Amino acid sequence: MKRIVIDPITRIEGHLRIEIEVEGGVICKARSSGALYRGLEQILVGRHPLDAQKITQRICGVCPVAHSTAASLCLDDALGLRERIPKNGSLLRNLICGANFLHNHILHFYHLTLPDYLDPSALSGDRDLATLADFLSPGGEVYDRRFSQEENRMLFRHYAEALTMRRKAQELVALFGGKVPHDMSIVPGGVTYRPSLGDIEAFRFRLREVRSFIEECYFPDVLLFVKRYSDYFDLGRVGNLLSFGGFPLPKNSQGLGGRLFPAGILLAGRVESLDAEEITECITSSWYEGKEVQHPKDEQAVPKPGKAGAYSWIKAPRYRGEPYEVGPAARIAIGLHLGDEPLKSLANEGLREAGAALKDLSSVAGRHLSRAIEARYLALKMEEWLESLDPDGPVAVPFEIPEKGEGCGLTCAPRGALGHWIRIEEGRIRHYQVVSPTTWNASPRDESGQPGPIEQALEGTRVQSDGLTEAGRIVRSFDPCLACAVQ
Amino acid sequence: MTKSRTRSVIWFQGAGCTGCSISLMNSEYPDIQNLLLDELVPGTGLAFRFHATLMGPTGRPALEVLERIPEAQAGEYFLVVEGAIPTAEDGRFGMVGEVPMAERVRALAQKAVAVVALGTCAAYGGIPAGTPNPSGCLGTGAFFRKEGIEVPVVNVPGCPPHPRWFVETMVHLLLFGLPRPEELDEVGRLKSVYQGLIHENCPRRADFDVGRFASAFGQPGCLYELGCKGPYTDSHCPFQRWNGGVNWCIGAGHPCIGCCEPEFPDGMSPFYRKFTAEEAKASYRRNR
Repeated sequence: MKRIVIDPITRIEGHLRIEIEVEGGVICKARSSGALYRGLEQILVGRHPLDAQKITQRICGVCPVAHSTAASLCLDDALGLRERIPKNGSLLRNLICGANFLHNHILHFYHLTLPDYLDPSALSGDRDLATLADFLSPGGEVYDRRFSQEENRMLFRHYAEALTMRRKAQELVALFGGKVPHDMSIVPGGVTYRPSLGDIEAFRFRLREVRSFIEECYFPDVLLFVKRYSDYFDLGRVGNLLSFGGFPLPKNSQGLGGRLFPAGILLAGRVESLDAEEITECITSSWYEGKEVQHPKDEQAVPKPGKAGAYSWIKAPRYRGEPYEVGPAARIAIGLHLGDEPLKSLANEGLREAGAALKDLSSVAGRHLSRAIEARYLALKMEEWLESLDPDGPVAVPFEIPEKGEGCGLTCAPRGALGHWIRIEEGRIRHYQVVSPTTWNASPRDESGQPGPIEQALEGTRVQSDGLTEAGRIVRSFDPCLACAVQ
Repeated sequence: MTKSRTRSVIWFQGAGCTGCSISLMNSEYPDIQNLLLDELVPGTGLAFRFHATLMGPTGRPALEVLERIPEAQAGEYFLVVEGAIPTAEDGRFGMVGEVPMAERVRALAQKAVAVVALGTCAAYGGIPAGTPNPSGCLGTGAFFRKEGIEVPVVNVPGCPPHPRWFVETMVHLLLFGLPRPEELDEVGRLKSVYQGLIHENCPRRADFDVGRFASAFGQPGCLYELGCKGPYTDSHCPFQRWNGGVNWCIGAGHPCIGCCEPEFPDGMSPFYRKFTAEEAKASYRRNR
């Protein structure tokens, strides 16, 4: 038996340590550890409730908009504003948040993932990009590179183009959000910004460029990837999937609202509705003291570095006591059951072209495919939302901060289900809890010894040599964000 | 134009959120491709050797880069620190490669030609050092003073910093070398990059002067009553604007939250509390 520590796992957000035990060429045990604790939930206690949507964004600079959205939904709930957000307010929040998804998914595939599969020596004759080769070379042996030299060169060119495209996606965020990272305009009650007609046009034409890139490069490149690595639909599988849904839609003329991505769980091939009361966090294997298992709204865990038997700063979220994978694969799989027609049709098209089925989505190839399907769907919907904006309509409703209140904001971040819980007492934050997508995915073992999804995905994998290649590819397929996993 | 000479950069991430890295990737001219591939000033470019978000190597091979460069290029490389440094509990709140971040930064800083503390966390502690500072986070300057490490530090704060503030600071270092004391303000930033209160250059200044104030989000007028920290904050945001110049905080109808000042977040929070005249005046006493 060989014990291998991979730390730092690079090309993700934040500080993740993965430890694997390899026996007979198979990973027999995996441990996922978050290596940084800052304590933003503690830092929020005692502050003014409105500070939450600014401070929680600083949890993560890659997906801050997901946190400003979750915090604002959470405060909308606590302030009784949930049904009162003006149509423009909802649409603008969705456009800002959607734009950040596009940046995230492009970044994840080209810049965080592809260097695992590309051969930098293909760049040696390329005057423009040769300097990148050294920086992107793995510095160790990489197995199982399957792209031809020509495909390598094409994908490296797209790597460079994608740097520009994700920047433009961030410009979309800033057009309505003020700036990014850390948008300004998403607040309880709606948004602070009423875009001019010129802004809407600037958004439309930038979005068109980003959408063309998604249609002409990103989606075809992902299809090429899943064709070359079709066996990766069997690699890193998990199974149970969960989504909080997200992108609340303004009420239409029939009074129907709902969410773009439906909420639900997929357990043993069956979709069930989601009950947020069934979510718990467990600290058995995490460096905290307190009650072992609690609902986030009651949680009182105190950091305890060096706690015996623990190995991570990440807690272990569970739904009815079970671990669940969250993220694009969950959203697409649940969307195939409960989503609207455009979502089902894009998802079915993606699966058909990839030669895969719904049950294959929770896998290395399935996660990349789901992300690309989601980017296509969101870009399409964003064009529709933009058309629906009423340039003269209100963007926010006024409100007062109550002395007491409780709220919960459940939404989706690029990496999966994101929940914020707040309790207000004497006009101040008394309690704040965040359960982020990577908290679910990179969670450690719980009180009954069940491994978290990334640990499950690694265990049982057949590897070559020390497993660095396979482990890196499996872990990155989840798009881990450690600053989110441990706030 | 490919690089003829390069200065190595080790980009170390401590207790942060990667927002500073993402912000740099949002740079327009030069863009991130230029920064990675081209000369930044005639004859010299930056060579990013270690940047955990983008580099190829992972695990042991990545640590080898982090450990090799300080030996091979002692006194020649720039250390960019993103994020604060957790010091409580012997640094066990933040580890990289099974070694506390504090120890890594100490080793990397001692052989660097200069340290660029990028972002408010690295410069002054920032968000993770907000009360009650659970992990004992310090900014790089404070950490070096505590540890007795003598290395020049230039602060490039902002939560996140505008990419131009990093680029302009690096251009200064490459062209003119280490800043002279009179080129830095009282809180370690290049004056050429930061000086000038937002309030002095704000397009809504005329509203302030005639007393036209917004009283709720989304209204026109000066945002002073909504807690704008522009009268306290030195930054070029009003004329540089953000993300390719498409917008900025006050442009989006949101008060400035003073994110590039050492008092962020505690001294700026509640973010929507109106600043007193005394608090605003305090900023005029500083640096002037």
